[in-house]
Amino acid sequence: MFFEEAEELLEALTEGLGELENDTQNMDVVNAVFRAVHSIKGGAGAFALDDLVDFAHKFETVMDQIRGQSLDIDSDLMRVLHKSGDQLCDLVEAARDDTAFDVDARNNTLRELEPYLDEIPDEEIAFDSLSLEFDAAPIQDLESIPIETVETDLEERTKNIYFIKLETNNKLYQIGHEPLYLFDQLSELGEIDIHLDETSVPKFNELEKDHHLSWKIKISSVHKEPEILSVFEFIVDLCNIDITKEASHLYESNISSDIIEPNINEKNPKIINLDEKKDFSTARPSSNQKPPETKTQKATLRVDLERVDRLINNVGELIINQAMINQCVEKLQLPPTSQIMNEIEEYKLLARDIQEGVMAIRAQPVKPLFQRMGRIVREAAEATGKKARLVTIGESTEVDKTFIERLADPLTHMIRNAIDHGLEDSINREDAGKNPVGTIHLSAVHRSGNVILEVSDDGAGINRKRVQEKAIAKGLISSDAELTDNEIDNLLFLPGFSTASQVSSLSGRGVGMDVVKNAVQQLGGRISVTSNFGKGSTFSIVLPLTLAVMDGFVISVANQTMVVPISSIIETVAASRNSIHTIGQDERLLFLRGKYIPIINIADSLKLSHSHQQDIKNYLIVKNESFGACALEIQEIHDQRQIVVKNLETQYCSIPEISAATILGDGKIALILDTDEITRRNFS
Amino acid sequence: MPSVTETNLDVNQEFVTFSAGNQIFCVPITHIREIRRWTSVTILPHTPSDVLGVMNLRGNVIPIIDLSQRFGLGPTETGERNVVIIAIHGKNSIGMLVQSVSEILSLHKSEIQDTVEVPTSSHPTFVTGIISNNENMIRVIDLASVLDG
Repeated sequence: MFFEEAEELLEALTEGLGELENDTQNMDVVNAVFRAVHSIKGGAGAFALDDLVDFAHKFETVMDQIRGQSLDIDSDLMRVLHKSGDQLCDLVEAARDDTAFDVDARNNTLRELEPYLDEIPDEEIAFDSLSLEFDAAPIQDLESIPIETVETDLEERTKNIYFIKLETNNKLYQIGHEPLYLFDQLSELGEIDIHLDETSVPKFNELEKDHHLSWKIKISSVHKEPEILSVFEFIVDLCNIDITKEASHLYESNISSDIIEPNINEKNPKIINLDEKKDFSTARPSSNQKPPETKTQKATLRVDLERVDRLINNVGELIINQAMINQCVEKLQLPPTSQIMNEIEEYKLLARDIQEGVMAIRAQPVKPLFQRMGRIVREAAEATGKKARLVTIGESTEVDKTFIERLADPLTHMIRNAIDHGLEDSINREDAGKNPVGTIHLSAVHRSGNVILEVSDDGAGINRKRVQEKAIAKGLISSDAELTDNEIDNLLFLPGFSTASQVSSLSGRGVGMDVVKNAVQQLGGRISVTSNFGKGSTFSIVLPLTLAVMDGFVISVANQTMVVPISSIIETVAASRNSIHTIGQDERLLFLRGKYIPIINIADSLKLSHSHQQDIKNYLIVKNESFGACALEIQEIHDQRQIVVKNLETQYCSIPEISAATILGDGKIALILDTDEITRRNFS
Repeated sequence: MPSVTETNLDVNQEFVTFSAGNQIFCVPITHIREIRRWTSVTILPHTPSDVLGVMNLRGNVIPIIDLSQRFGLGPTETGERNVVIIAIHGKNSIGMLVQSVSEILSLHKSEIQDTVEVPTSSHPTFVTGIISNNENMIRVIDLASVLDG
């Protein structure tokens, strides 16, 4: 339990530190970081994790000084804070896995933290007694309670209570306004309490006459007056609104620190009459100084992953079952107007909805993954002596949980590469007229049913000449090969390729990008690179939204039904005999829009016997990063549909050229072709 | 004998007997999930000749092997009487195509004899024991080695 919590807290901590970097004055963030460290310390204390408590305490003390503004954040301190955050992560992990942590690293970090530690003898003594007596609870009481009360005070103090008097009349309703909706909207801003003055309610038979309803609303909200008034923006002319603000004086005497006091000056109730437009417009500009949005934590539910996976499996069955029923009904050849056809259509939509909903449970934002990369950038920059910062875009993009787990290693590798090979050192950067601090962009975005992750650096770009020389030296390509820029860039993904002339500890062990590529392909995705010499390189990973379901073409090969993922197909071509040309013994080429594309017969490749002679042959055009476009000869294309992926490896073993299987509407199993592997096997 | 170790020594164990490649085999009934009639399967490319393909068993992809072929007794001719025995071993399931299923035997452990070592055997035997029943020799299959092979 503690470790799950600690993980969330660490996440908040990393996030907070990231924000602090942009805005060192943001006290909300400082507080958040402080709280995270403090809570970790508290939890660790309860479990007698002394090393963790020890370190967290020192960290906390420094944060406390920043909080008390006796310490200003400069870039040096920022670096130490980051390092401390990373160290705390390590300690938590070590405690969780019950492994030893790197004592030297810890001591290093502590040494860097120490100069910032103000001597606070009292606390130190109290703390020492904690570590000596292994008795966390009383200390926790001593320390945490006063702090937490301060925190709640802060929260309360920013809340204001407004009294709103609202008088509505017939006109309002005639235009179609409904106070209920307004109240709904208001309730989103804070707690509301509404009273209707019952004496103002007209008698039933007088409803048609002019009447005024009078409402009294009490709202306690962190928002400012203009924001609350903006709810009534559309009905300003149709009613009377009086808003009175009551600042809570309750905690004034209790101010122990001077962190937030935006509203304390306005102790006196203020009345704005909305009927006078002028007042309203003068009131509005003040909304420019609205407080930074306080992040509302969404309610979440922790669920055992196994349950979710079982549900996902069952929904997969549901989809298959739906397809089967659909096929059975189609066989009945009922008129399209019959009710059962409608119901089936409805069933289909429902099943899809459920499936999408269930998949969304597994979907998680890439944020924690991206946050981990922040640390990689810092460590890699330190190790190489280069200066680098990480800019992340699209942290809230959601991807399947499996991707988050399995992308960590490839991304780490790519980012290390980007810093080690991509970025120049600061002197060279300044010579090139660039910011001495290199930037690594890490972005995630949803695009047309795919998730696209990009790692880009603003470094020197790929030195194509060197890449080609290296590839020739390693015997990966022949010395007289004429390659396009794109082909050269893609040499990076070849196994055993590594451009760093000196093997560094960081990257360049020769297991580089081909490992990344394999990892990405195993997830059903692909990776590509674009590079601009002198300006930097971008590595893009395109992944399907989910592992369990994909869109595929249902095709037949040697009378066997098979499926090809749509994502791997560029286009489908039906070609007549005269556009097929033979080279040598049995090499065939397809002539397509002025280009000759090599043909691979899938049935031959799979060693399936076939004897179909067609005049018009069907081809799927696929593109392989290393070999270019390729035409896969198949028997027929039947259909395009969503399929549920069933892993073959768990039941049998992995089969060359087949990535997985699926169950079709008729209950038969169809194999899913791995087009990339088919082209690779046929070319090499 | 991994396939029979789970049973209590003093209690009789039940075996399902069937014929494949004109020989009689048996498997402990506790390892059999179900028996189904032969239906055509989806062929798996790049697999040995004894792997017939995969079939759909209520949403699960189950590999089907030709037991006779695996034992080196030649391929089974698929027809009406053929059945597929779905056996479970650990987490894995496998379908075994056999000629026909005969009966269920209830046997005491002492009735199972150890396999006789045949010096000229060129194929792995997959057999962990022998039962003599009405002058027939029934071979107890070692499911683990069938599944792993």
